[in-house]
Amino acid sequence: MATVDIRAVRKTYPGLPFEVIKGIDCAIADGELLVMLGPSGCGKSTLLRMVAGLERISQGEIAIAGRVVNDLEPKDRNIAMVFQNYALYPHMSVYANMSYGLRIQRLPKAEIDRRVRDAAAILELEPFLQRKPRALSGGQRQRVAMGRAIVREPDVFLFDEPLSNLDAKLRTQMRVEIKRLQQRLATTSLYVTHDQVEAMTLADRLMVMRDGVAEQIGTPMEVYTHPATVFVGGFIGAPAMNFLQGEVAEGGAVRLPGGVALPAGTAAPGQAGRPVTVGIRPEHLAPAGEGVPGLPVTLTVDLAEALGADTLVHGRLAGTDTSLIARLAGHVQARSGEAMALTVTDGAWHLFDVESGRRLADTVGRLAKPAA
Amino acid sequence: MHKRVLFRARWLPYVLVAPQIVITLLFFIWPAIRAVEQSFLRQDPFGLRTSFVWLENYARLFADAAYYHSLGVTAVFSLSVTLLSMALALLFAVMADRAVRGATIYRTLYVAPYAIAPIVAGVLWLFLFQPTVGILAYALNQSGIAWNFRLDGGQAMLLVVIAAAWKQIAYNFLFFLAGLQAIPKSLIEAAAIDGAGPARRFWTIIFPLLTPTTFFLMVVNIVYAFFDTFAVIDAVTSGGPGAPGATNILVYKVYNDGFVGLDLGGSSAQSVVLMVIVIALTVVQFRYIEKKVHY
Ligand SMILES: Nc1ncnc2c1ncn2[C@@H]1O[C@H](COP(=O)(O)OP(=O)(O)OP(=O)(O)O)[C@@H](O)[C@H]1O
Ligand SMILES: [Mg+2]
Repeated sequence: MATVDIRAVRKTYPGLPFEVIKGIDCAIADGELLVMLGPSGCGKSTLLRMVAGLERISQGEIAIAGRVVNDLEPKDRNIAMVFQNYALYPHMSVYANMSYGLRIQRLPKAEIDRRVRDAAAILELEPFLQRKPRALSGGQRQRVAMGRAIVREPDVFLFDEPLSNLDAKLRTQMRVEIKRLQQRLATTSLYVTHDQVEAMTLADRLMVMRDGVAEQIGTPMEVYTHPATVFVGGFIGAPAMNFLQGEVAEGGAVRLPGGVALPAGTAAPGQAGRPVTVGIRPEHLAPAGEGVPGLPVTLTVDLAEALGADTLVHGRLAGTDTSLIARLAGHVQARSGEAMALTVTDGAWHLFDVESGRRLADTVGRLAKPAA
Repeated sequence: MHKRVLFRARWLPYVLVAPQIVITLLFFIWPAIRAVEQSFLRQDPFGLRTSFVWLENYARLFADAAYYHSLGVTAVFSLSVTLLSMALALLFAVMADRAVRGATIYRTLYVAPYAIAPIVAGVLWLFLFQPTVGILAYALNQSGIAWNFRLDGGQAMLLVVIAAAWKQIAYNFLFFLAGLQAIPKSLIEAAAIDGAGPARRFWTIIFPLLTPTTFFLMVVNIVYAFFDTFAVIDAVTSGGPGAPGATNILVYKVYNDGFVGLDLGGSSAQSVVLMVIVIALTVVQFRYIEKKVHY
């Protein structure tokens, strides 16, 4: 059983003028599943591959099970990795693929056979053991890749977008399987994805990355309810959080465009005149008069998208050109041009510094807080 | 995917392939037919009388110890050339594949020999190893090795093998490099994580995945060594040294018996046998390339 410690890790690729990883710290507990989430090119794979030993660590150190692995070869780190394209050996049967690492370790034949058959049973791969990878479906190949990782009984599993080559339905199914498997084996895991649903559902903790920086590390609920930056707020949640330009008034009230104001005490006192970015999630807007206590706003509707369970209403804050999206119940009707009275759930707003994009005060105190 | 091109005029496609067909008929099919015909005939040394002798030329051929000797020489020669050129080409390709950035430079350097005509390649190696003036021959003699391929059959064979293989390395290199670059990097990484060191990765992952390339090149190289090395042999050893000819491979013997020995019938019989061999190799190649060796 193992922890993974990432300490002040930086990465520069030879020939690239900028750092790809700009100093990341993260301690992953034994048995924890950490998901690294971020837009394409933010350095997720690079960080994972440094843990695997496939890329050199330019600065800082990585320790697995308390042992610094910077100078260890991948094979000496006792990790297993599942690749996006599965990387199955095409000329070997499923059985040979899964047992390859064990044969290199020169385990006894009986032990190898036991482990492969156990893994095959868990992953329902028994009928395919003698097949070549090319005779398998995408989902089956994915399971073989998982199997190859499991049989090694490693300290750490590393996943680099293992589900992104599957269709949506299979992805959901495999996501559940991976979660179940990881909980059953209780193996420390690092999981890279750019799919936020995958990230939210799988993660014990989430690392949201941007441009080589960990913007926030926390449980999925923390990240959702207390986004640390404008970027995290906008990245997590679909549709994305609405951002409005506000200004702090006397008593910590925050004036929004269109004459609306967040109540006194929202911002820290004594900051009058300070510009702030206010974030409001589309799902925290509800039609007025449904008994939800909160801040009344009026929306001039541009367009309504009925998704069945939900209706997304795109519009502008009345009298301004600040655009807003509201996610309302499916039965709500909205016509283009209509003025719609909405309520922002009390306290469901987030204040960010305009310059740095960092979160300001703890403004969501009245929303359900995650159990720390 | 097969693409079908539709022509408006029905005669147009025939006109378009006509030149190729004419060339093939004129320079390949026609001589082949003449060779088969000739192999059933016997001529007197002055070409005045020709008689039809059925399979006598073949019978004499297969009863001739010199022919079997030449067959053996050819086997040794072509296997050595194939092995040497492929092994070196694979080695260079693996090295070039590692040095990804320099790959284009390596590629140009390695490929250069292929642009050289066989006769030039032969003469080049001949100069280097010429017993009296060759610089490498001089070095060998200085270091105590009695180098004279004009007398020593083994040395002669070694020299023609090197000369013939050297030229073919470039071709093999290109194919091996392309083959290596087609192997996904993640496979190698997966093997590294599974605990395989570089040597094991090569023999258990890379080499098996190169099988189609290797097989293709093997056939191409054997065909090359059998048929396209005439100029090298002619320039370097002329089939010698010795009476049966230590480097007298089948193609060279065809030439020697036919144009020097003037036994046109026997020579034709030999070339018909060679033709059968190359047809067999080609058939094997097409069969397997399309089916078997796709791991
Ligand atoms: N081997 C390399 N050499 C040079 N630059 C690289 C190399 N690998 C990645 N990069 C660069 O590093 C940055 C981060 O790449 P990385 O693959 O880690 O992104 P990612 O977050 O995994 O993206 P994606 O979601 O698209 O997989 C990118 O700008 C990429 O171009
Ligand atoms: Mg990636």
